[in-house]
Amino acid sequence: MSIATENDTTITRRRLFMKLGIMFNGLVAVVLAVPLVRFLLSAVTREHQDEYLSWVALGPVGQFPEGETRLATFRSPYVTPTDGKTVDTACWVRRIAGEEFQVFAVNCAHLGCPVRWFPQSGLFLCPCHGGAYYRDGERAAGPPERGLFTYPHKVENGVLSIQAGELPTPGGPRAANHDNRERKGSCV
Amino acid sequence: MRLIEQIGEWFDRRLQVAAPVREVAEHPVPRETASWWYVFGSAALTVFMFQVVTGIMLAIVYVPSASEAWNSLQHLNHDVTLGWFIRALHGWGSNFMVAIVLIHMVQVFLFGAYKFPRELTWMVGVFLLLMTLGMAFSGQVLRFDQDAYWGLGIGASILSRTPILGGWLVKLMLGGPIIAGAALSRFFALHVFVIPGLLIFLVSLHLLMVVKLGINEWPMPGRVVRKATYEKQYHELTKKDGAPFVPYAVWKDMFFAGIVVLAIVVCAVVFGPFGPTGQPDPTIIQTVPKPDYFFLWLYAVLALLPPWLETAAILGGSVVVIGVLLLLPFLSGEGEKSWRRRPIAVMSIVLIAVALGTFTHLAGYSPWSPKMTAWSGEPVPEKFLEARTALERKGAVVFQAKQCRNCHALGGSGGQRGPELDAVATRLTRDQLIRQVLQGGGNMPAYGNNLNPAETTALVAFLETLHPAGQRPARDASQASIEGSDAPNTAGTRP
Repeated sequence: MSIATENDTTITRRRLFMKLGIMFNGLVAVVLAVPLVRFLLSAVTREHQDEYLSWVALGPVGQFPEGETRLATFRSPYVTPTDGKTVDTACWVRRIAGEEFQVFAVNCAHLGCPVRWFPQSGLFLCPCHGGAYYRDGERAAGPPERGLFTYPHKVENGVLSIQAGELPTPGGPRAANHDNRERKGSCV
Repeated sequence: MRLIEQIGEWFDRRLQVAAPVREVAEHPVPRETASWWYVFGSAALTVFMFQVVTGIMLAIVYVPSASEAWNSLQHLNHDVTLGWFIRALHGWGSNFMVAIVLIHMVQVFLFGAYKFPRELTWMVGVFLLLMTLGMAFSGQVLRFDQDAYWGLGIGASILSRTPILGGWLVKLMLGGPIIAGAALSRFFALHVFVIPGLLIFLVSLHLLMVVKLGINEWPMPGRVVRKATYEKQYHELTKKDGAPFVPYAVWKDMFFAGIVVLAIVVCAVVFGPFGPTGQPDPTIIQTVPKPDYFFLWLYAVLALLPPWLETAAILGGSVVVIGVLLLLPFLSGEGEKSWRRRPIAVMSIVLIAVALGTFTHLAGYSPWSPKMTAWSGEPVPEKFLEARTALERKGAVVFQAKQCRNCHALGGSGGQRGPELDAVATRLTRDQLIRQVLQGGGNMPAYGNNLNPAETTALVAFLETLHPAGQRPARDASQASIEGSDAPNTAGTRP
């Protein structure tokens, strides 16, 4: 009987040690998890937001004839060493008149395929699922639920610049600011 | 010989695996399951191992960097001895793996093998299917070409529609604000470490359960599964009419696995590797991105869903499909196993197969996309120009120049986005044609801002000539009654 009691206490003590061991490991895991999770989520946090949301010059306004829509290319403001060609992106620049511009992302507002501009019919057409947009970026036909994404733009010292460091997506955080509400008047 | 035996004994004394391995190999299986219908699971495992081996070979040369990946694939295709062949084996192996996993799943479903007590085996199998599709998608990303780049854009666009978390998930998937180097590195880690690791773990679990619970007996109409009695019945069946898996059934698995691997080799030799297509340079926008074969159906669905339904269908639909697959063994865990007594099961498979087949077929020529070169490359057929007035011919020029042809076929050539216009004048009156051209509607853009009155007049005059000889053009009945005659109200009509 006494042996059994002794055994019981021994086991209890051992069990306590085991539980302490588990708790100790749990503590170590939590301490380690903080930097690991921070590393994994680094793409989501706003660490480099200032960099990729900075203004990118597309060139002097003279490059873009009035009343026409031209393809312009630019380099993403945030570049990492292994990006290769993927940081060079294109956008459609529509110069309405004077310093009045619209800069559209090439990405279709449906699923992001590159839309092409057809000046003859005044339409942007998407090769993937047949989305079509008018010259002012407004949805014309097909599966897109909205018009083309526009990049914020400004003209300073005769140079057109845009804020385009982020892939525009239909549900993206900036998509709401990217729609065509700033559009003025008719698209003729 | 004696020496080999001695070495074997030396190892087994320390490892002690010979007895359990023999036990597994010789476990009794119901005699009728030694059938050609039961070979797909082992074939899927064989192709998986085949993919691991060829994948490791590719990894020796492939560089998972957005700046180098495409070049390293070109190097593999053209410079490395038999590099093209290993790429072809891995690419075709991927197609075969998806196909065999799907066939295996259909067979398991139709034979009622997901029912008690094999529910968990089925559920693990559902995850194995998802992992297999994950491997197929991430593999396409690693072939870092134009299709991969824009495919990532499509993935990001779909993901971004997730409520609240959308933008966050996109950045997590891409590893940054745009599709660039970080995205490829992520998919490399997924394709080479994360998903294969999970696959190996889940395949082991799947196999363990197959061995522990026994292979599903051949379903007989009327032999009903009941939780209370099934296990006892199964054990009696294997005891009474069982045969050792090795060698009784295994030879068919071996032959089929061999045939599958041989088929992959033949496809690789005959058809060669997949791509890479153009460089992943986003400034080149003259591209028509398309997913790999097993995602073509999805590509079609995304084109055909009405806009208002799309987000709900993509996000809700995937949750529902995966949910139903996982819950299936709980919804019908007992009862008949034989497909002869399960008409709804058979009809579901037929329906799904026909739907997926139809969508895949449609995606092959994507009739919903404008044909970008039709306006400049496919002239109006002569028969639509013969004996036409100057105005009507001018209309034909407008028709080409304004790229109507990109969406509308004439004489069988041109886009298929809109209806073919060979006989449009029999469907629409002059007024309706004018309205349709200027205001659009029914998925056609409005051209009112892009046509001057003279162009519109000419275009409509041309469209009015588009009716078969001997068939009268459409006319406005109310107009005719006002005029007091049944003469057509359209000008330029000809017999």
